[in-house]
Amino acid sequence: MPAPAQVTLPSDREVRVTRQFNAPRQLVYDAHTKPELVQKWMLGPAGWDMPVCEMDVRPDGKYRWQWKSQQDGKQFGFFGTFTEVDGPAHLAHDEYYDPGDIGGSMPTGDPCVVSLDLKEQNGVTTLVCNMRFASKETRDGAVATGMTDGMEIGYARLDDMFKAKAA
Amino acid sequence: MTLDATFSALADPTRRAILARLADGEASVMELAAPFAMSQPAISKHLRVLENAGLITKGRDGQRRPCRIEAEPLEAANEWLERYREFWEQNYQRLDNLLETLLEEQKPKTKRKKK
Repeated sequence: MPAPAQVTLPSDREVRVTRQFNAPRQLVYDAHTKPELVQKWMLGPAGWDMPVCEMDVRPDGKYRWQWKSQQDGKQFGFFGTFTEVDGPAHLAHDEYYDPGDIGGSMPTGDPCVVSLDLKEQNGVTTLVCNMRFASKETRDGAVATGMTDGMEIGYARLDDMFKAKAA
Repeated sequence: MTLDATFSALADPTRRAILARLADGEASVMELAAPFAMSQPAISKHLRVLENAGLITKGRDGQRRPCRIEAEPLEAANEWLERYREFWEQNYQRLDNLLETLLEEQKPKTKRKKK
């Protein structure tokens, strides 16, 4: 199984997720751009379905994603426009939050710019998903709670600290 | 102690290095200052930020006031990133399975063995 996803905070406006997949890049790209495939995995925590997944993957093409709780039927989503399409290496879109009927603390104004970069080596594809928010405040609102100034806290680094401490 | 204060304190590489050193065991201000090209007052300033964020405490040992790391706020910060990471990891494990299925489907159907 591939190594677990890494989350870093490369600047005060960004969050970056890195993950490897044991599959060719084209396939990973397809899984991010073909709605019938996206609906199979981009589901978040258990208990959510993705009944709406419309994607017009080309520059200036629109997309709309909506999730529905299996428990109470409440919905929320994201929508936006593809800004850069250069498959299977690169994809970027802006992302607006649609609070639906769950609300939540995510900002609905300025979009988040999401870029996806895929590199393949020896049959393993490395995915880097970078989310750049309009401001530190919107990132903080989106990702949950407040943080400050530019930093690069690899969660792994903290983890190493604990390992060192436990040893 | 808020995550804000924790992340703010962790935003500086010197302070992270100090914490990494303290993860190996307690140390005096002088011992902590040694590896850095920094004056003791500059190190003390960093230590104050870490102390205010609850990431370290200063003990009493005669004249020495050794600093020691406090795990709790670090664990909270780690937990926060971990929750976010888990959210993605859940998605990506499903994607792993999907990719595996797609790869299987892609294989040329020449595996049918002749009898």
